[in-house]
Amino acid sequence: MLPLWLAGKVFRAQARGPSKRIDLLSSTVSGTPPAHPEGEIKRRDFLFLAAGALTVVGAATAAWPFIDQMNPDKQTIALGVPIDVDVSGIEAGQQIIVAWRDRPVFILHRTPENLKTLKEPQVVNDLRDPDSKQMQQPPYAANWHRSINPDYLVVVGICTHLGCIPHLTKAGAAELGASWQGGYFCPCHGSKYDLSARVFEGVPAPLNLPVPPYHFVDPKTVRIGANPKGSNWSFNAIEQI
Amino acid sequence: MAVETNNKLVKWIEYRLPVFSFYRHFLVEYPAPKNLSYWWNFGSLAGFMLVVQIVTGIVLAMHYSPSATLAFSSVQGIMRDVNYGWLLRYIHATGASMFFMVVYIHLFRGLYYGSYKRPREILWFMGVIILLLMMATAFFGYTLPWGQMSFWGATVITSLFSAIPVVGHAITSWLWGGYAIGAPTLNRFYALHYLLPFVIVAAVALHLWALHQHGSNNPLGIDVKGPQDTLPFHPYYTVKDLFGITIFLIFFCYWIFFDPGALLNPDNSIMANALNTPPHIEPEWYFLPFYAILRSVPNKLIGVMLLGLSVCVLFLLPWLDTSPVRSGKFRPIFKQFFWIFVIDCVILGYIGHLPPIGPAKFYGRIAAIYYFLFFFVILPFVGWFERPKPMPESISQAVLDKKAKRAGTEKA
Repeated sequence: MLPLWLAGKVFRAQARGPSKRIDLLSSTVSGTPPAHPEGEIKRRDFLFLAAGALTVVGAATAAWPFIDQMNPDKQTIALGVPIDVDVSGIEAGQQIIVAWRDRPVFILHRTPENLKTLKEPQVVNDLRDPDSKQMQQPPYAANWHRSINPDYLVVVGICTHLGCIPHLTKAGAAELGASWQGGYFCPCHGSKYDLSARVFEGVPAPLNLPVPPYHFVDPKTVRIGANPKGSNWSFNAIEQI
Repeated sequence: MAVETNNKLVKWIEYRLPVFSFYRHFLVEYPAPKNLSYWWNFGSLAGFMLVVQIVTGIVLAMHYSPSATLAFSSVQGIMRDVNYGWLLRYIHATGASMFFMVVYIHLFRGLYYGSYKRPREILWFMGVIILLLMMATAFFGYTLPWGQMSFWGATVITSLFSAIPVVGHAITSWLWGGYAIGAPTLNRFYALHYLLPFVIVAAVALHLWALHQHGSNNPLGIDVKGPQDTLPFHPYYTVKDLFGITIFLIFFCYWIFFDPGALLNPDNSIMANALNTPPHIEPEWYFLPFYAILRSVPNKLIGVMLLGLSVCVLFLLPWLDTSPVRSGKFRPIFKQFFWIFVIDCVILGYIGHLPPIGPAKFYGRIAAIYYFLFFFVILPFVGWFERPKPMPESISQAVLDKKAKRAGTEKA
């Protein structure tokens, strides 16, 4: 795009009148003043622009391998396959953290009391995106509990602010005040999320924690990284990790 | 400027590559204003620290392994097994803090005495570019020991780019070379940490070139009018700079030998763990004011933009400050706002160090507002309304007046 833009700019300048730069160049090269009437586009100007454009395109092409080598390599991508996790051992109210694609994934076994807080107006009114309208979860988790089975919350445990890992913080934790109903608190910059990992207003994190693609292979086993049958949702579609 | 010598070798070289006259011109005869105070020592101190960091860095690189599995233990090896490894690492690690301290004083000196004003704008730009390069270098270097604070500091800083709409995600994964910070990230950060100091050297060369074009500013902020206002750089300022370096080395050695831990973070003695964020993340002290600005904004994109602006505003300084008077000495109102600004930066630094809850958040916001108010409102307006104090006619006149005054009081 850049060479085209430049070429257009110089040609337009030519059409308007003699461009100092081009005239200077052609007269230095030929050693004689240009014989063409002023304002006309000369063969030499065209050659100059074509050579310039070719150089820019060539340099950009040659630069690409040097830029692209920094992207994730094949081994890294190959290690990002789905993983199976046995969730039967997680007691109600407990959470385990598993690593998927080098990132922590929270699997929280929510109690009925936990689930009750998700609908409480005191919590819901303070959320940025209570109805999960932003694309931070697959369509099959875009519900009030942001999960497939409300008992189990599965989210990528990376704060959408600057990438720290928020801590599961129980209701009534001293540092978060008496109104805290339980949820996630990020120690780095103070972002807060509820027990569905929906972000609160007034904190630096902009979005809910992302839900990865997952499904239950059987009632005891979650497969993280693969959609349920019938869905082809891509994790790359999320707004942000 | 010919070199007067009968040495044939010197003459032979000088005729082909005039290094001797270059050296004479820049380091011996170079006329510097005769009234430079000790605040003018910090430029040469910064140059000294750059050399210290490069020398110790190259030596440390001989013992360090930039791989995620070996990095942490190779740093422990430097501390325990390598002969004088502990000393070299402490010089390098505390040296980063010393370098920033010296450069910040240098910067505040430039701010107070209006060293960024015409015709020294490009000299000032080169300085800001050096500061940005130093920040990048320090950040990459801090990742290398691969401790918890290395890992999570790198996560937080690289995640700043995820705030960019649309392409943010692609940029972070390109920076990391993976789904998160990991082994590929450490390798590239090491390569860049080795590269950037030499880019800084090139930028310093341009900084000095621009400096020698119009010469140093001075505490009075008035132009040099002739040879009566200057002294040759050698021996007057070489001796003064060496004295400054000696005093500075005493201070530097205190940290190296008696309290290196004060400038390091204990969490960095734990190896990096991608599944556990330390309870309290904070950057090195020299980034704290900017970090506090980032944290004081409850919106991610705006927070990141203000963080960038808080440094890049320095590029606009020559135009934001509308006063024609350079030195703060003659600017009674600017002077007060300047000192409030210095205190404000210290407060921001302290707040950046506190956990992000409670009243600290509120005071952080006020301090961040003053930071930007100073540049975008106070500097332009004070320049328009302030009435500068009368200025001496020349540097030598000011020196003579001072002398006469002192003689007068002694007689009385």
